[in-house]
Amino acid sequence: MDRAEKAVDYLNADYGVRSWLLTRDHKRIAILYLLSITVMFMLGSVFAVLIRLELLTPAGDVVQADTYNKLFTMHGIVMIFFFLVPSIPAVLGNFLLPLMIGARDLAFPRLNLLSWYVYMVGAAFTLWAVITGGVDTGWTFYTPYSTTASHTNVLATAVGIFITGFSSILTGVNFIVTIHTMRAPGMTWFRLPLFVWAHYATSLIMILGTPVIAITILMLGLERAFGIGIFDPALGGDPILFQHLFWFYSHPAVYIMILPSMGVVSEIITCFARRRIFGYSFIAASSLAIAVFGFLVWGHHMFTSTQSVYAAMVFSVLSFAVAVPSAVKVFNWTATLYRGSITFEAPMLFALGFIGLFTIGGLTGLFLAALGLDVHVHDTYFVVAHFHYIMVGGALMGYLGAIHFWWPKMTGRMYPEAPARISAALVFVGFNLTFFPQFILGYLGMPRRYHAYPEEFQVLNVMSTTGASILGVGYLVPLCYLIWSLWRGRVAEANPWGAAGLEWRTNSPPPTENFAATPIVEEEAYAYPLKEPEVV
Amino acid sequence: MASHVTSRLVLFVIFFVLVGLTALTVWVAYQDLGSWNAPVAVAIATLKAMLVIVIFMEMRFGQPLTWFAGASGVLFLLLLIGMTMADAMSRGWLGVPGK
Amino acid sequence: MSSRTSTVAHQFDDAEQQRNASTLGIWVFLVTEIMMFGGLFTAYVLYRSSYPEAFAAASHHLNATLGAANTIVLLSSSLSMALAVRASQVGSRWGTVAGLVVTIVLGCIFLGVKGYEYASKFEENLVPGPFFDLPGAEPQSELFFSLYFAMTGLHAVHMVIGVGVLATLVVMALRRRFDADYHNPVEIGGLYWHFVDIVWIYLFPLLYLLGRH
Ligand SMILES: [Cu+2]
Repeated sequence: MDRAEKAVDYLNADYGVRSWLLTRDHKRIAILYLLSITVMFMLGSVFAVLIRLELLTPAGDVVQADTYNKLFTMHGIVMIFFFLVPSIPAVLGNFLLPLMIGARDLAFPRLNLLSWYVYMVGAAFTLWAVITGGVDTGWTFYTPYSTTASHTNVLATAVGIFITGFSSILTGVNFIVTIHTMRAPGMTWFRLPLFVWAHYATSLIMILGTPVIAITILMLGLERAFGIGIFDPALGGDPILFQHLFWFYSHPAVYIMILPSMGVVSEIITCFARRRIFGYSFIAASSLAIAVFGFLVWGHHMFTSTQSVYAAMVFSVLSFAVAVPSAVKVFNWTATLYRGSITFEAPMLFALGFIGLFTIGGLTGLFLAALGLDVHVHDTYFVVAHFHYIMVGGALMGYLGAIHFWWPKMTGRMYPEAPARISAALVFVGFNLTFFPQFILGYLGMPRRYHAYPEEFQVLNVMSTTGASILGVGYLVPLCYLIWSLWRGRVAEANPWGAAGLEWRTNSPPPTENFAATPIVEEEAYAYPLKEPEVV
Repeated sequence: MASHVTSRLVLFVIFFVLVGLTALTVWVAYQDLGSWNAPVAVAIATLKAMLVIVIFMEMRFGQPLTWFAGASGVLFLLLLIGMTMADAMSRGWLGVPGK
Repeated sequence: MSSRTSTVAHQFDDAEQQRNASTLGIWVFLVTEIMMFGGLFTAYVLYRSSYPEAFAAASHHLNATLGAANTIVLLSSSLSMALAVRASQVGSRWGTVAGLVVTIVLGCIFLGVKGYEYASKFEENLVPGPFFDLPGAEPQSELFFSLYFAMTGLHAVHMVIGVGVLATLVVMALRRRFDADYHNPVEIGGLYWHFVDIVWIYLFPLLYLLGRH
């Protein structure tokens, strides 16, 4: 059935800038986040382009060493704190959580809007730091470099990250309370979509980890601004304490980036394989296990510091253990695909790409968790390749898959399928060409964070830069056709994929109140194959 | 829905117990308990905190979920302190400088 | 939409759901507060165990009498806060307002005493930084004062926010926004205030009393 002639949805319910900037509708806030993180992503990409340009030749010719230090620092800060951490949770989580559990909104709509403003203020501080000269400490802000040695805008950046942390905290609190208290009748815990489970686990990390990075950054800022010495070795302070506190958040933060993507992949795989997901409860439980065990492994970033060998051994063993729940997910996804009636729409291509790249990223993580091998590859391009496989190959692939999968729901328009498949292919090929050579470079001993390198590394670096160009095109193409589709895309029906899940049972785009009447859930999640499609 | 109401008497009694425990913690601090001064101080503080949580914050009417939330915060804090200290305390064991 | 006809916000089905959500919300928020103070406590535990003598010596330069007095002030404010919550539960508007005002006054007294202590530290050159000067002490004593100011400072910031929250509640109570059925905000504000009190319950012995014997 076609949409009613003048269906009122969240996009046309109200007009004008005011109606957007003062909205409390989780769907509109999701759109605000979408626009802001896209801008931040493009900013981070500019830094990446400059980095790859510099590394095209062995000599340091495009930029000086100082500038290069600032480039990789700001690339990391912008991409991690202002793109990856908020990407799926704040955009798709915000948009979908209430829809998926059959609620009218998140539990605290005003806090939700506040979180976006907090994010914007934090971003403004960081942009100001970038414009007035940048910062060169690396995104890790290790002391005492960041407190006494560096002469760049550490303070403004630190304030920006401190503030943005609260946006993450507010989102986490909101999600946890919403999932606990706002589920529709019949939506029991084990009927929740796995996307919701993943966001629950993500929110746990947000509320348990983010406050620690906030206070750590604050201590660093105080030390830098007023010379009070919490990490200052001259006074007996311990720089390793900074690393402990920093990685207590920043290792689990990797799971803030990857868990939501795993939730996305669970949704997409089961939809385009037309099969009920294999091992639902294992996937759900593994999300929680990743969130909890993720807090026990942070010392694997400090094997080559003065951390004690005994602590390092414990952290190493626990790091191997955290691979188990990740593997549980991968095996369950592949088991879901087995004998499914698979179709290869663009979201599915991104999801399949995620599985492959995340597997490589995860397995190379085990190399780094091994005490002896880590000494060899620590601070080399091996590490750079490893975490880009997780964060870009994993988290970003998931994000793109999600944007395509739910684009019809968010905008009411279909994206064009052919260019979307091409861009999925471009991203996959470009990504591997960019980062696989870096594993080899790192293994051969090329250290990270240098703007010049010996001649024998040039071939692999040229491959990497070529791949980055392809990758860049792979990101620009979706930007173009998604914007194009807003006006010219085919109008989407309520459930264009024939997917299970409450979000597909309401109009595309949904009305402000999400559902005409509160839905009542009577079946398990992912009840594929679907019965006769229902139209509300 | 009328919620649980705590009587004024209970609130005042708890307040005076808290004041008494404050006096106790001051007194104990001036006694030489060897290495036990700090644990005793933390134990008294925890007792006071529990009184505030259970009576003033009405957690004796609280749902299991609320207890679980609060407990998880304490648990992860202990984890942060514990594993950081595990590193700091085992640093000298190997006899290799810097390890 | 309008709070005149109903105090249940549009996203909730009924008052009970709203109440559950706000109670869980504040507790989850308090967990984040535990972790935030937790970073400082971790630093404290590490340095205290590394430099016990320096910390004990430096701690003697804090005024334990004022610290104890302030503890009593804060405990009293928790009592008045609990009485305010109780009054709101039984629907006593003036009881609520009185309890909140007393709590605000006690909170301000605490902050005043704290300000006096800070000022005297400035005069004694005990503020960490270029002017820190404690003759004959080990360098780690400056570490103690860094932690002292960071921990009590963060606590004081929370007190200031708390006073602001309570002042808002007073205004809301005067505008008859609460009754025996709807008094969630007072309870939420109370939980926050008690939490700040608990932080001080730990800070007082850890900072003022260690190594007194
Ligand atoms: Cu890690």
